[in-house]
Amino acid sequence: MGARVTVATRAGRAAGIAALALLALGLALPAFAGRAMIQDLFFILTMLTLAQFWNLLAGYGGLVSVGQQAFVGIGAYAMFAGVILAGWDPVPAILLGGLAGLALAVPAAWFAFRLQGAYFAIATWVLAEVTRLSVAQWKALGGGTGTSLPREATSDMAFVAAIGRLFSVREAAARDILAYWLALALAAATVGGIYALLRTRHGLALAAVRDNTEAAKAVGVDAVRLKWLVYLIAAFGTGLAGALVYVQKARISPDAAFSVTDWTAYVIFIVVIGGIGTIEGPILGVLVFFALQSAFADYGSWYLMALGLIGIAIMLFAPRGLWGLIADRTGLHLFPVRRRLETGHATTRGD
Amino acid sequence: MIWVNTVVQGLMLGGLYALFATGLSLVFGIMRLVNLAHGDLIVFAAFAILVIVEVLGLDPFVSALLAAPLLFAAGWALQRLVLNRVLGRDILPPLLVTFGLSVALQNGMLEVFSADSRRIRSGALESASVALGPVTLGMLPLLTFASAVAAIFLLNRIFYATALGRAFRATSDDPVTASLMGINPRSVFAIATGLAMVTVTLAALYLGMRANFDPSIGPARLIYAFEAVIIGGLGSLWGTLAGGIIIGLAQTAGAAVNPEWQILAGHLAFLVVLLVRPRGLFPRAFD
Amino acid sequence: MLQTQGLTASYGQFKALFGIDIRVDAGECVAIIGANGAGKTTLMRAIAGVLRNAPEMILHRGEPIGDMAADRVMRRGIAMVPEGRRLFPSLTVEENLLIGGQVRRAAGPWDLAAVHRLFPILKERRSNPATALSGGQQQMVAIGRALMSNPEVLLCDEISLGLAPVVIRDIYAALPAIRATGAAVVLVEQDIARALAVADRVYCLMEGRVTLEGRPRELTREAIHAAYFGALA
Repeated sequence: MGARVTVATRAGRAAGIAALALLALGLALPAFAGRAMIQDLFFILTMLTLAQFWNLLAGYGGLVSVGQQAFVGIGAYAMFAGVILAGWDPVPAILLGGLAGLALAVPAAWFAFRLQGAYFAIATWVLAEVTRLSVAQWKALGGGTGTSLPREATSDMAFVAAIGRLFSVREAAARDILAYWLALALAAATVGGIYALLRTRHGLALAAVRDNTEAAKAVGVDAVRLKWLVYLIAAFGTGLAGALVYVQKARISPDAAFSVTDWTAYVIFIVVIGGIGTIEGPILGVLVFFALQSAFADYGSWYLMALGLIGIAIMLFAPRGLWGLIADRTGLHLFPVRRRLETGHATTRGD
Repeated sequence: MIWVNTVVQGLMLGGLYALFATGLSLVFGIMRLVNLAHGDLIVFAAFAILVIVEVLGLDPFVSALLAAPLLFAAGWALQRLVLNRVLGRDILPPLLVTFGLSVALQNGMLEVFSADSRRIRSGALESASVALGPVTLGMLPLLTFASAVAAIFLLNRIFYATALGRAFRATSDDPVTASLMGINPRSVFAIATGLAMVTVTLAALYLGMRANFDPSIGPARLIYAFEAVIIGGLGSLWGTLAGGIIIGLAQTAGAAVNPEWQILAGHLAFLVVLLVRPRGLFPRAFD
Repeated sequence: MLQTQGLTASYGQFKALFGIDIRVDAGECVAIIGANGAGKTTLMRAIAGVLRNAPEMILHRGEPIGDMAADRVMRRGIAMVPEGRRLFPSLTVEENLLIGGQVRRAAGPWDLAAVHRLFPILKERRSNPATALSGGQQQMVAIGRALMSNPEVLLCDEISLGLAPVVIRDIYAALPAIRATGAAVVLVEQDIARALAVADRVYCLMEGRVTLEGRPRELTREAIHAAYFGALA
């Protein structure tokens, strides 16, 4: 009777094939989808990326940050700086956003990792505020009022002309398609990358640290190095996402780019509604969030109030989110990361 | 002599921040609960006082006195019905619940009271001032500072000289063993949150009398309050006062150099203190 | 007066107690002996309400209390000296004593002065932080704290653990005075000889089950040995 350790599930394999099909469909979508849909999908994909990174931090790394807007903002501003000050094309300048996120993350982590739990959360928020206030002093990029990408930078953007010819659309629509493709690539790389990370021994170690830091240390897991790893990855990815969002928006201000509501509050809602500590959760969460927003956003503050109450209700009655409810009922795992012992004739559902 | 004025103004501002922070410090110290809705609760209390002032035509101080028991009850119910259910080793659930509460409260107030700036009118008190040697002090800032000191003094008396305070400290140390003493930790927490709401009422009174407020200003007040609590050290109310004063002094000093640096200077002071003392200035010997 | 029937307890998947039946009569001193991991502390925690059970599994004066929270159990007159003493570090010695009788104080002989008479050192060190005391003194505070409510039943979990023999003797010397006030005492003790010397009746636990019950003089060495360590092949 042969036994082996495996993480594969049948649903997981099916999900893998479905994901590839979805990706192909997503690439081809601009051929037959309207501009409004492309913009909606751009929003969904960038929010999904941000949510996955916050989930990596809080759900897997136990690092509850309420300051991720720092990385969105610094990423966006770095992209603007590359375009306006150094004359780069906006598309490659997105990479600057990721690098700026990393550069900010090093001192931020060095500082914040000295603190625990709630102190850590508050410190990340203060660090984001400090970054916002400092960037507001950057007169070359518009100071407190902000600035726009120069007209010539957006019109001459790489690939835009080619995309316009390919789908015979105007320049603005072509720019949206480009941004959408980049968002699709970033989201796919994020989900795939985090999934891959969780399946390595780092993933196992992360779970150990989250469940019991002391015990994990005792069996030789370097908790501090893992936290650094997770924090830097999240900072890089969040910086990229921030830069990409602002390539599409083409207009920036410190208050918008460092908005705690837009880049952290909504992201936390997405993760919580969907289910924290799973890869499926943020995906489900962003879809629910988008559906709620398109249906009820016209109700303004009533809508936001309801969103707050929904968040409270989820924490009280379904703390593992909607995906937690689904997984409990069905045993479904689309992104299996748990190791199970599979014996030759075993037919039990191991997870 | 300008710097004397700066220091005194900073001290007074620190009193306001300490008042914002007192309730937070109480709740954080007793149950390690990070209440992200604290700033919005202050704004909510300010609206409650405003409504009493306008509907009943009463003096702001009398109105606050009427509002205090109502807000105590609101805090008590909030703790019993919601927060007690999510307290535990994991800090995330209470963080997320109070965050949801913050969003809901802010937008609920926006619907009910609109986004207009409001102010609690206090008549002659608004412009009254006293001259202390070379500095002229507004009566309201002075009252704020005195109220902060008085509130913290009273809370300390409750903490260290009453049976209730003993129960607070014991439950904070070890809720399971406290329950072996016949204490119900959930009731103790509910009373603590009710008490915190009374200090919130006091903070709201001065917030509303000193400047305009609208439903959106809660979170900005919250961050200063948190800084004051953390600088002071977990569970130390006098530490919270010291923390508020440090933030206030740093902000006034920063503003004296360049008005744009006011807020930044406060945050930087917070970061510097934490860099040197990661557990704050007056931490407890144990956790 | 206090009775468990078919009491079970588990920590997650791990079952710690498998149907315990014990009885404590008014004013009686009952010792619970057993090796490490036999379930003694779990039994104490279950009775005190720290672990919750089905209501009928624990009866006090004939009423089901198995599902009551610890604070309600305590207010019925069942006080506990927990394992490891668990004094409140933020409280002084005197405050630790006072808090024991703050919620419930039945009529009875125990008050601050009486506890001070029982353990004079606690009066001397009344203003010290409780955790500044030596282990034996801390144990005295823990016992005094439980007495302050004038309990009907005093549950003592491993009061001699980690203490020097001479200190243990001092602590046990207080037992007659406690019993003289009419309280029933349940002692969890690893030291068999000491348990047999003070108890009216003894229960021995092994692996979550009662393996022996009786009055000390009725029990043979062999019977206790078998109940404590298990039958040797």
